[in-house]
Amino acid sequence: MTYLKPLFRHPKLPKNKLGYTLKEYEGSISTLCAGCGHDSISATIVQACYELDIEPHLVAKISGIGCSSKTPAYFLGNSHGFNSVHGRMPSVATGANMANKNLVYFGVSGDGDTASIGMGQFVHAIRRNLNMVYIVMNNGCYGLTKGQDSATADVGSKSKAGSINPFQPVDLASLAVELGATFVAQSFSGDKQQLVPLIKAGIQHKGLAFINVMSPCVTFNNNPGSTKSYDYVREHMQATGTLDFVPEEKPIHAEYEEGTGTAVSLHDGSEMKLHKLAPDWDPEDRVSAANAIQQARLKDEILTGLLYINTEYGDLHDIIDTSDTPLNTMKENTLCPGTEKLDTINAGFR
Amino acid sequence: MKEQEAIAHPQARVNDFVARFANVNGTGSASANFLFAKAIFRMGIPVTPKNIFPSNIQGLPTWYEVRVSEKGYLGRREGIDLLVAVNAQSMKQDIESVHPGGYLMYDNTKKLHTDMIRGDIHYLGIPMMEMANENYSNPRQRQLFKNIIYVGALSVLLNIEFEVLETLLKEQFAGKEKLIAPNVKALQLGMNYAREHFDYPLDFHLERRNLIKDKILVDGNTACGLGAVYGGATVMAWYPITPSTSVAEAFEKFASKYRIDPETGKKNYAVVQAEDELAAMGMVIGANWNGARSLTATSGPGVSLMNEFIGLAYFAEVPAVLVDVQRAGPSTGMPTRTQQSDITIAAYASHGDSKHPLLFPSTPKECFEMTATSFDLADRLQTPIILMTDLDLGMNDHMSEPFTWDAEKKYDRGKVLNREELEAMGRFGRYLDNEGDGIPYRTYPGTHPSKGAFTTRGTSRDEYAVYTENSEAYVRNMKRLQTKWETAKKIMPEPHLYQEENRQEIGMLFFGTSTYSSEEAKDLLAEKGIHLDAIRIKAFPFGEATETFIQSHKLVFVIEQNRDGQLRSLIINEMQTNPAKLAPVLNYDGMPITADDIASQITNYLKQKTAVAHDLSETFI
Repeated sequence: MTYLKPLFRHPKLPKNKLGYTLKEYEGSISTLCAGCGHDSISATIVQACYELDIEPHLVAKISGIGCSSKTPAYFLGNSHGFNSVHGRMPSVATGANMANKNLVYFGVSGDGDTASIGMGQFVHAIRRNLNMVYIVMNNGCYGLTKGQDSATADVGSKSKAGSINPFQPVDLASLAVELGATFVAQSFSGDKQQLVPLIKAGIQHKGLAFINVMSPCVTFNNNPGSTKSYDYVREHMQATGTLDFVPEEKPIHAEYEEGTGTAVSLHDGSEMKLHKLAPDWDPEDRVSAANAIQQARLKDEILTGLLYINTEYGDLHDIIDTSDTPLNTMKENTLCPGTEKLDTINAGFR
Repeated sequence: MKEQEAIAHPQARVNDFVARFANVNGTGSASANFLFAKAIFRMGIPVTPKNIFPSNIQGLPTWYEVRVSEKGYLGRREGIDLLVAVNAQSMKQDIESVHPGGYLMYDNTKKLHTDMIRGDIHYLGIPMMEMANENYSNPRQRQLFKNIIYVGALSVLLNIEFEVLETLLKEQFAGKEKLIAPNVKALQLGMNYAREHFDYPLDFHLERRNLIKDKILVDGNTACGLGAVYGGATVMAWYPITPSTSVAEAFEKFASKYRIDPETGKKNYAVVQAEDELAAMGMVIGANWNGARSLTATSGPGVSLMNEFIGLAYFAEVPAVLVDVQRAGPSTGMPTRTQQSDITIAAYASHGDSKHPLLFPSTPKECFEMTATSFDLADRLQTPIILMTDLDLGMNDHMSEPFTWDAEKKYDRGKVLNREELEAMGRFGRYLDNEGDGIPYRTYPGTHPSKGAFTTRGTSRDEYAVYTENSEAYVRNMKRLQTKWETAKKIMPEPHLYQEENRQEIGMLFFGTSTYSSEEAKDLLAEKGIHLDAIRIKAFPFGEATETFIQSHKLVFVIEQNRDGQLRSLIINEMQTNPAKLAPVLNYDGMPITADDIASQITNYLKQKTAVAHDLSETFI
């Protein structure tokens, strides 16, 4: 655990287009355990926002309860955050998003927060295709209450205390694909190279971008026999492909072998290039994606990378056809029908 | 009608009776019955219709009760003068419910069984089914027009003007004109039959008056939905639950009419049907946190589910508006009946030390105004505001003063800092009490690039919203919230006092839908020589006027519609009132409380007390 953040920064720290250094994207000091996977994910979010030249104050960070849900305080200190109640991040994010469609929304949750108490809200946020990045920091246990198994713990996974989990796990990525999520990715907190472009793509994706990140709990679930430990995840990771995120303004024309690359255009005109490793898998085909995840599971592999994407489907604002102007900026002149209309309404009740 | 001569006729009464319609749910009776009530309203006579309906869509008994009162009493009255019985299932019970000397209108297409015959009421048999079958071929029409036939017969027996009924039908079927003629025909069938077979009008009947003036006839839920549109709500998140569903539906209906962007045709509002009440409240909090006015509408079980979130909003100081349309008990069945039984759960919703301002509307006009005002109050106080209405007010049509709106009115968004203000100030402290009223300044996300951002949490933070588990910081915050509660007392709506100065030793206190019958009971008691001062509570926390009223009376009857005297408990708890001084007057059978019931409970209480001690002052102090 870090107690002090160095105030000194190299004077020649690189700046992004907005003139900000990485420092402008950092948050307060983490109070999580030293080596916690969650802190790596926070750093990845900082990196992704910095690289995308996002105004930090135009981001809203919303979380539930748990170790993972504490992290919004540890990144993007110039953004508003809301550490809400257990399992209910999606509903708070939904309301916030309805109020102002112009912010970037990060929903941060954990495996307990999403796969148990918050399962209902997770499901329905996906159904509505809420425009947000939904990150689950998945460590297979309840860290803040000292290591009980969570619903994502694998059958046979051994806890620190030595007990074996007998229950079937909830596979969040499979479930998200099944529910019709329009962006489903899976990654590992220790793989920044893979995670940064995934988060960037998630931000640019119009709709719910679900990213399930294996994020080992160093204190309660990093023991031999656990399937969420650093060692196990590293050994069993199977990347679907590499991903380059290409913002619209500066296209990167890389050379790839013919037939191996897939370009996916995002809503804002930016592009993602996927380089497949798995030959029979098409990230724009739901059945193919679902199949790939299941196949990997049978082989005890954790499939990582962008598993499924659909850019055709509108977000909740599109679905319910709200105004282009954010609702929270509207005033009396737009919102109040006025006295004359009220006279007509009264007349209708006589 | 020779055999009826022997039965006593009630005294001739003008514009003063109760008619009840016993129907089967889902047979189209509701619109026929509403036609009857609305026609009386159009004749300038005060009328109160009430639906008594099952938790069912088709097949179970349903009743519609219409009270007509020249004096303008709008509460429910016991004693049915005229019963229209067209439901075989409930026929026996319905016949028993008729006041002696009253009338039973029924379908005599089939002969009435002998055990349905009472010697002390009048029978008005009309072959409704036979007439409908003879005149209409479509089975659905036969069922629907049976209802219009009895309205036609009633119009003759009670003196409802035909032109009024005809106009109402024309209005109802504007755009579907071909439906007007068969409806008018059904009316006439009923009218002709009544003229040929009965003496008319009945001893109680109607006479046109000019007592309505510019009043409107509307239900409270419609008024709440409209109030939310006028009050500037942009996000409605809700989950279906009787009797609150029509609040959300009304909001959407009015918003889809008055809140469409003229250029793009897009909506200047969002309605989200949530997956449950927890999510609905979460959405409301998220939207308000982000600067939009947002509300939800629910009933008791929904409030239970929202408890955790309501507490979060209290501690995190996020505005929220919740319309609680109260109903009886949990589960299904009785919940389609009315009660005022969520007072305790709403006032003290959630874990930890938390309490919430409540509003108690008693008319549709107040539903409209208080819903609109609740957004100002929520923004000003940065806390959830709960509007306590109920099934009776929410789902029944009530005669009400018309809705009014001040054209100059600006929304009070409370203490919110904009970009310029943040720029000009030093360090922003989200939970600093700058003005001593306990209300801090807030910022919306996205306001300023480097100032004003903070993490919202339930507790565990200092004045600058920095995480801390320091006990002193927690206590300071809780004390500030207490200061805010004191501020709330000053800005919540004042109670209504029925007298300029308190003159009596005994008072009565009531709120919401208990008002109609309480006002009538006050008059009934006065006729018997029992004079009471009265106060109508409009909000919680109670302010000074309520405290003074209670202090200046030796005994106060607290009239409410629940078993445990929940408002009475709230008064005792919040104002340290001597419980002996507050006598409960209760009704919780799911039907709206009546004036007779209130008057007799008060009379009995006073009789018992005076039997024990002749001196009131010794008994109650």
